[in-house]
Amino acid sequence: MGTLSLATRTARRPPGPDPQTSPAVRAKRRRTRVRILLFLSPWIVGFTVFLAYPLVMTLWLSFTNSDMISSPHFVGLRNYRYMFSDDPQIWQAVRNTGWLMAVMVPAQVLFALGVAMVTARLKAGAGLFRTLFYLPALAPPVAATVAFVCLFNPSSGPVNKILGLLGVHGPLWFDSPVWSKPALTMLTLWGSGTMMVIFLAALLDVPAELYEAAELDGTNPLQRFRYVTLPTISPVVLFATVTAVIAALQYFTQAMVASQTADGSIQAPPGYPGGSTLTFSQQLYTAGFTQFHMGYACALAVVLFIVAMVFTVALLRRASGFNTEEATQ
Amino acid sequence: MTALAPAARDRSARGVSAHNAARRRSGRRRTLIWIAEHALACGLAVAFLGPVVFILLTSVMTDQQSLTSNLWPAHWQWSNYTAVFSKAPTGTWIKNTVVYAGLVTMCTLVSSVPVAYALARFRFRARNGVFLAVIMMMMLPPQVLVIPMYIMWARLHLTGTIWPLVIPCAFGDAFSIFLLRQFLLTIPEDYLNAARIDGCSEVRVLLRVVLPMMRPAIVAVGLFAFFNAWNDYYGPLIYTGEKPEHWTLAVGLASFKSAHAVQWNLTMAATVIAMAPVIIVFFFAQKAFIEGVTLTGVKG
Repeated sequence: MGTLSLATRTARRPPGPDPQTSPAVRAKRRRTRVRILLFLSPWIVGFTVFLAYPLVMTLWLSFTNSDMISSPHFVGLRNYRYMFSDDPQIWQAVRNTGWLMAVMVPAQVLFALGVAMVTARLKAGAGLFRTLFYLPALAPPVAATVAFVCLFNPSSGPVNKILGLLGVHGPLWFDSPVWSKPALTMLTLWGSGTMMVIFLAALLDVPAELYEAAELDGTNPLQRFRYVTLPTISPVVLFATVTAVIAALQYFTQAMVASQTADGSIQAPPGYPGGSTLTFSQQLYTAGFTQFHMGYACALAVVLFIVAMVFTVALLRRASGFNTEEATQ
Repeated sequence: MTALAPAARDRSARGVSAHNAARRRSGRRRTLIWIAEHALACGLAVAFLGPVVFILLTSVMTDQQSLTSNLWPAHWQWSNYTAVFSKAPTGTWIKNTVVYAGLVTMCTLVSSVPVAYALARFRFRARNGVFLAVIMMMMLPPQVLVIPMYIMWARLHLTGTIWPLVIPCAFGDAFSIFLLRQFLLTIPEDYLNAARIDGCSEVRVLLRVVLPMMRPAIVAVGLFAFFNAWNDYYGPLIYTGEKPEHWTLAVGLASFKSAHAVQWNLTMAATVIAMAPVIIVFFFAQKAFIEGVTLTGVKG
């Protein structure tokens, strides 16, 4: 009854703000706001407790000598000074992580793109090949790493046996400081099926008319790749590359498991052989969870955070796909 | 016409044969390219599958043979698979991993669907900010937050259990929110408006209209959540502690070679046990996996 009379009154004088309707409108707005908050509530709690709080704490603890036993004391920049001038292993860890970002990531992107291009051109069995190429990406990292250490085992592994048949004396792979990172790279290439599937979808999305038009213009395949394929898929490639760089930044499991399995001992020194697989994340883990220098581990975490954010912001700036405008219906 | 015929026929015949020759040549070239491409693909398939075959073969070798470089088992020793369970608490690890991954999957789905729905379907001022924060969370290395989190869980006396790994999932997982939102954007608003006009509340629209349409995305997110937990090493390594009976399969397998087996055969059998569920489920839910992966990539 009340709403009915309200409706007739507004119908009589439609233009202009009606002071009579505004409480109803305001109530509706409030209901909408409560509904949005309700739907978002898990995330709001998660963001506060599991992101904002620990992030602030990481920053604070990085200026303390926290060790889990006594209460933390403020020590200023001592942890950062130790990191940059005194930690005997940090530069090796930084160099190794840099190697992974500069060599392993480009190798992975190029390999995944190459495999995707081959798969996109296949006329028979494309679906089957896509499945086979993707499959290793599902293997648990620990299982895949253990398997690769066995595969590249210098004395009993098949890789050096095949190399021997070809007349090449195979290296020690996971037991050699020179070859351990290339061996880990092979492991990454083997498991790059996710990236390959993403690239394949992007390649198949390139409009066929563009290729036909370019072909009529008398271009060669290389030019067609350079001027048709690459510009169309570049946002996807950029996204995959940044994701891979951030994954390289936190590279931990494979390096640690490879060291333990190749050395044959859980007490293997991190980075076996010879510190060649010691990564930044492993250094953080050792500092925090085996030496209990929580304050110093947090200083390492702050550096990790800054580097990861630089790459993420670079991605968000370049990638138009993240433009949230598309959500507006 | 009859006068012209022989010459014309002759000319056209010559033209046709030349054309045919060209077509045959280009046809032969195309066949060669076809063969080259498929040979390359087969080579790649061998490289991708080789390690899996090698693991399977090594897992049934005898102790002595797994130390040699022979590739084919001389004697198929299937008892390796029972030895994996008797020499190490593998059964307990599997049980722990299933409980852990199951809880994570359930919590992730229940908490992430409404958030993704709000991000994709509601209009509010903070939406862009929230979405950016979700992407930041997705990109953030977990190592950045691990120390304060560990201290927090230790204060709550929950270290040494799987709860520190499960509870955060009940408050929205960034990757799942992102993937579900990308999928929700592909559902036409008209469907939802039709339900709203019929008098459905927003919660009913989500439960009755959107959820059934989201099935493929929910399956994909559920599978990813389950197998990410199944595969995870860093989290369980930090939180399950020193006692092997609290470990998950990933942590157990990482120490398997050094702690329980001198030879490769048992280690490879344990590796097969860790890989098998993922690969078996993949063959049944292949479409969901591939569509899920594609969904995360194309919007880049």
